This record gives sequence, C-alpha cells and structure tokens, in this order.
Amino acid sequence: MNFELTQDQQMLAESIRQFVRKESPVSRLRALRKDERGWEPAMWKRMGEQGWLGIPFPEEVGGIGGTFVDMMLLLEAMGTQLVPEPVIGSVVLGGLPISFAGNAEQQRRWLEPLVAGERSLALAHIERETRYSPQWIATRANRDGAGWKLSGEKIFVLNGHAADTLVVAARTGGAPGESKGISLFVVDGDAAGLHRRAVKGMDGHHYGLIRLENVAVGAEALLGAEGEACPVLERVLDYGAAAAVCEGYGIAQTMLDMTVEYLKTRKQFGVFIGAFQGLQHRAVDMFVETELCRSMAILAAIEVDNAEPHVRAQAVSAAKVQLATGGKQVSQQSIQLHGGIGVTDEHDIGLYFKRMHVLNTICGDERHHTSRYADSPAFLAAR
Amino acid sequence: MDLSYTPEEVAFREEVRAWITGAMPPEIRRKAETGGYFEHAETMQWHRILHEKGWIAPHWPKEYGGTGWDVARQSIFQEELVRANAPTIPPFAIYMIGPLLIQFGSDEQKQRFLPKILSGDEYWCQGYSEPNAGSDLAALQTKAEIDGDHFVINGQKTWTSHGQYADWIFCLVRTDPSAKKQAGISFVLIDIKNTPGVKVVPFLTTGGLPSFCDTYFEDARVPMENLVGELHQGWTVAKALLGYERFAISGINETGRMIRWLKEQAAATRVGDHRLIDEPGFRNRIAALEIRQRAALMAQLRTVAASQHGKAPGPESSILKLRGSELFQQSYELGMELMAYNSISWFNDDDVIPAPQHMVPSNFNYLRATTIYGGSSEIQKNIIAKWILGLPG
Repeated sequence: MNFELTQDQQMLAESIRQFVRKESPVSRLRALRKDERGWEPAMWKRMGEQGWLGIPFPEEVGGIGGTFVDMMLLLEAMGTQLVPEPVIGSVVLGGLPISFAGNAEQQRRWLEPLVAGERSLALAHIERETRYSPQWIATRANRDGAGWKLSGEKIFVLNGHAADTLVVAARTGGAPGESKGISLFVVDGDAAGLHRRAVKGMDGHHYGLIRLENVAVGAEALLGAEGEACPVLERVLDYGAAAAVCEGYGIAQTMLDMTVEYLKTRKQFGVFIGAFQGLQHRAVDMFVETELCRSMAILAAIEVDNAEPHVRAQAVSAAKVQLATGGKQVSQQSIQLHGGIGVTDEHDIGLYFKRMHVLNTICGDERHHTSRYADSPAFLAAR
Repeated sequence: MDLSYTPEEVAFREEVRAWITGAMPPEIRRKAETGGYFEHAETMQWHRILHEKGWIAPHWPKEYGGTGWDVARQSIFQEELVRANAPTIPPFAIYMIGPLLIQFGSDEQKQRFLPKILSGDEYWCQGYSEPNAGSDLAALQTKAEIDGDHFVINGQKTWTSHGQYADWIFCLVRTDPSAKKQAGISFVLIDIKNTPGVKVVPFLTTGGLPSFCDTYFEDARVPMENLVGELHQGWTVAKALLGYERFAISGINETGRMIRWLKEQAAATRVGDHRLIDEPGFRNRIAALEIRQRAALMAQLRTVAASQHGKAPGPESSILKLRGSELFQQSYELGMELMAYNSISWFNDDDVIPAPQHMVPSNFNYLRATTIYGGSSEIQKNIIAKWILGLPG
C-alpha cells in the first residue's frame, strides 16, 4: 500500500501544470466557446508531442504504456484551467475501446495518429432511450456481404462533432435490453450516410448529434468479437467515469482555492468577509468534500486498472458518487460565497460550475452509480 | 501508487484472522457474534489477551512495545478486529497518554507507566473538560498550587469517560492564575483511586448507561514528579494529543462495522413477502452510506500512510474526526430506520427484539456525543478555517 507518486510522476505532474497555466489559462476556453469546434488542432498536436495523448496506450502504437494514475495527473491539471481539448472524449472513450478490443492492425491504424495528436476520436454509444445503460442500445448493424450497414441515432457524443473517426456501438443481434448482440465498429467521419451536427453544451464544449443511415463498413471495422462488446463498453465507461472524477477533483480544488481567496479579499461591513463564522464553516464544508474528492480520484485511478471487474466497478461507482455529491456541493457553495458576482457570465467561477455538472453527468450520474453499486453482488457479499 | 496487498500481507491477514478467532474467550465470542454490549471487565480481558500476544499497541515505536508493522499491516490488523466484532480498546491509555508519554515523558515516567499501560494493569481516563470549560478548553479553572514537592489540586473535571474504572487520570490544571489563558496550564498525572480528596461520581447519559463521570478534587496532594513536560507548558503537551485523537476517535472503522450490521440485518428482516434488503430504496441508502464511509476511509489511509513515511499529517487528516463522527451517527440513524418499531425498545429482555438490535437504540442516543466530544464539529471547523484555509478572525 503506497500513496506516493514516483519521481517520474511528480515531474509529469509539474510539467503538465506549468504547460496548462501558461498555454491554456481558463480565458482560452472562454474564447473558444464561440468556436464551433471548441478546441484547437494545433494545441492537440502539441499535447501529442508532449506524449500526453499516449499515456494509456502501448509503446507499439507510440504510447507510453502508463497507468491511470498518470492519466489522473493530466486530467486533474486540465481541470484547474478547464482546458477544452477532448482528452476524455477522444483518448479515454474513443481510444480505449480500440486498445482493448482491436487487433494489432486496427490499433496501429487508428491509435498511432491519435497518440501523435494528428487525429481525434469519439465513442458514439448514447441514444435517446439508453440513459446510462449500454444494454438499451438500439442502433442496428445489418449484415451486408462481408461487412455491415449501420442505422440509428446517437446523442451528445463527446467530440462527436469534430472526430476524424468514430467508434460506434450497434446491435448485430439481440434486442434492446440484452447485453448480448452489441458490437463496436470504427466508422470514418466522412462516411456516406453519416450525418452529424455540432450541438452546444453548457460547458462551452460542443457535442455530436449523429444520424446513421445505412452507413456501410467493411469487415476490418469490427472491433473484437461480433456481439460481445458490452463488457468492453462497460469497462471503457468505467474509465470515462474515473476520468471525470479526476478532472472533477481538479475543478473542485480550483473552486475552493478561488473561493478562499475571495473570502480573504472581499470586504463588507468594513471587514474581510472571511472573518464571518457562517461563511468560514461553509468554506470548511467545501474543503472537506474537496479532500474526499481527491481521495476518491486516487481510489478510482488505481482501481480502474484492476483486472477484477467487480473491484473496478465498485471503486469507480463510489468515486463517481463522491464527485456527484461532494463535488456538486463544492461547486454550489463556491457560487454562494462569491455572491452576486458568482452568477455573472463575466466571472470564471460559473465556467467551473458548468463543467462540474457535465462531469457529474457523463458516464453515469449519482443515482445510476448508487444503484449500480447497491445492485452488485460484491455489495452484499462484502463482509 | 498502489492499493494492493502483497502475498506476505495476505498471509499476515490470514494469520491475524485465525488468531483472533482462536483467542476470543467463549463469552466474548458469543457477544461478538450477536452484537452484545461488552462490560468493561470483558474489554480489559481482551486487552490482556492482545497484550500477551504483543499486539496491544501496534502503532507504538518498537522499542516501547509496538509491533514494528508498516501501515498496511496496521490497517489489516484493525480491519480484522472490526470484522471479528472484537471489543473496542478505549483510546485513553493506548492511543492518548501512552504516545504522549513516549514523546514528552521523563525516563522515570516512561519506566513507571508505559509497561502497565500496555499490560492493562493500570487503566486511564482523561481530565480536560470542566463545567465551564467545554469548547473553550483554555478557560479551565481547576487549580494546582505548589506546596513543597507537591501540587495541591482543587476543582472539578467533567465528561470523564470511564472515570469509574480508571486507576489514573491525566489532567490539565491551572498552575499560574496570573498568566493569560493557555500560558498558565500544566499537564499532571493523578492517581485517581488512591489520592485522598479525589472523588469520582458516574452519571447516566441519554444512552442509559453511566458512560461519563464528574471528578472532584478537594485539596488533593499530587507529587510534582507527576508533572509531564515543563511547568506551565501543559497546553503544548495537550496540543500534541490532537493528532493522536484524530485517529482514535474518528469512528470510521466502527462505521464500517455498523454498515456490515446494516447489510446483515436488512437481509434478516422480513417484510411480508420479501426481505428489507430486496427493496432498492433501502439498499441504495446503505450503499450511499458505504460510499461516504469509503471516501473517509481513503482519507484515513492517506493520513496513516503519510505518518508512516515520517511526514506531517496532510490537510486530509483534519477532516477525519469531523466527517467520521457524522458518518458514525448516520449509520445508527439508518439502523434505527431499519428496526422500525423495534427501534423504540429500551433495554428489554432478550425475547422482545432480536439480540443484534438490542444496543442500537442506546447507541443511537449516546452517539450524539461524537460530534461534541474531542472538539465539537464547530470547533473543528474553526480550526480548519484558521490554520488550513488561513481565513481571518
């Protein structure tokens, strides 16, 4: 048992923090909100050159074969300045299914350009009636010669508006509600029959609203075994949830720091408002929840790599619930303690508040993860 | 970073588990299995069993009788004690005065007291609070005047947990009435059983048991060799205890025990055609509590690991008592909800409600104290606001 970062990890964390502060302060997100892509390919390329987009991928595709604790350091730092580049959408959700289920040729073909920062990916799995559970996927993949034709609709695809290549979850068998029969396909962003729109998110990011009309893919597009992708998808979504908690911790810590600073500089009734006990105790409540978010980000980052699915899922769900309750509380109280200025668009605190909501939603909210935790055989077996 | 256990640690867990099972005397085992209330004598019996094994104070330095275990083994040991429902060793001797004497005591004091703390031959209680010095501890008025080579002590301490069982009490007393608040306080050890002029009077709490005492001092003469640290420097000595207290009284491990109880009882509780645990609404509430406890446990592990590496406790350590005490209360609130009408029962015969539920209503009441003792939640928040967040005032 050990909670120390290695020397390499400490250096990685420091270099990311410095880069983010200098190259992508929160004012950059503010400006990019008006841009329909919402992030910049030039910055993506630079992140690739730093090696950060290859952290979770093997060396064969140019990655560095790191642990998710390394990813935690990247995501946490990105959270502090709300860096808009699509690491969760493209590296975690888009790249990991190819890494987990793809053969060597598929990995080389689609992960190498991702790791280099030349291309971006997305995972298209959410539909109007799935909420957070992939077994309700209804999009069809019908046999067509050696390949398939895909039809259906995907909503709020992270980076789906901009991705060069999409990983699409579709049914090659079974009915909605069944885990069996779901397959993953790699689909070119320019494929005929693929219609996509950029829709606006409250966090200033854009999302893909995607319609597939008989989109033809070849045999080489199938990732892993036909009809067996649900466990892969669940594993990838656990990584997405863990990533959200790591970025969310960075946001909670930043909101706490901004708020404490405000309490020390804002004067009312002739004194710094941080001298008022009622406000101090709210700030301490924020501090407590932030520390718990940090503890659970560490738990999720370590255990998401656990080979035992129950251990992985329970740790990730617990961490996601902590962010959805504690992280949310931090975000709400920080607005409260900023007073009126906290609800203006001009002040940055609202940008963090919005991103916190998005992170609390993607890959499962509080209710979803509490139920999943409670319904797991591991919950009642634990003694 | 790594949360996993090595094969040696897994083997250690097996060893500890097997030993605990074999070492429990039959009556203690019976109560452990049914969630019974351990009498003080039974707790001390268990204390002596742990001592004979050399496991009573794993966190002490090895040269003073600790085990030399690292953080992982200490955690495993605590987890296994909780899993076995073994009697909880009270914090006053092993967690409070022992480490404090190791840090501040003279060689004579260490030789005189530490062996009997370990063996359980002498039991300790804590004399800090007074009727007019609660959260404002430095307002304490019990005074110690120097007369030759003795202190002469007059005053009253209250909330003395386990005072009726104790052989010794460690006290904060005012030795310089002219000095400002914290400056005139000293830390002394008093033989509570054999010193003329010391009287201990237990009183009932809302839990229905005599958990606390009032302790009166009337011209009680205490040798000056029982002073710990420098004269008038007792506040410095006492402050060092806060660190130990955070571990000892957070209740986070005990909350884990109650969560296990909740699962077992919810599975044993029938509601017509189903079990209570089958209701998603109730199951989710246990899960939500377990998740909150797990987050606190992670913060506790990080704190223990930091101290293992010789680092000062990080900011996460200051939240343990604050959050842990709330969770402990919430676990019993959920227990009362689980029991429905049984939650009204108050110390009835064994056939009235299931045996494992018997003590829950009493504890539900008593545990309101956890957010008050050891520095109330509000005092904890004041401390964090000032010393960690650096807020003015």
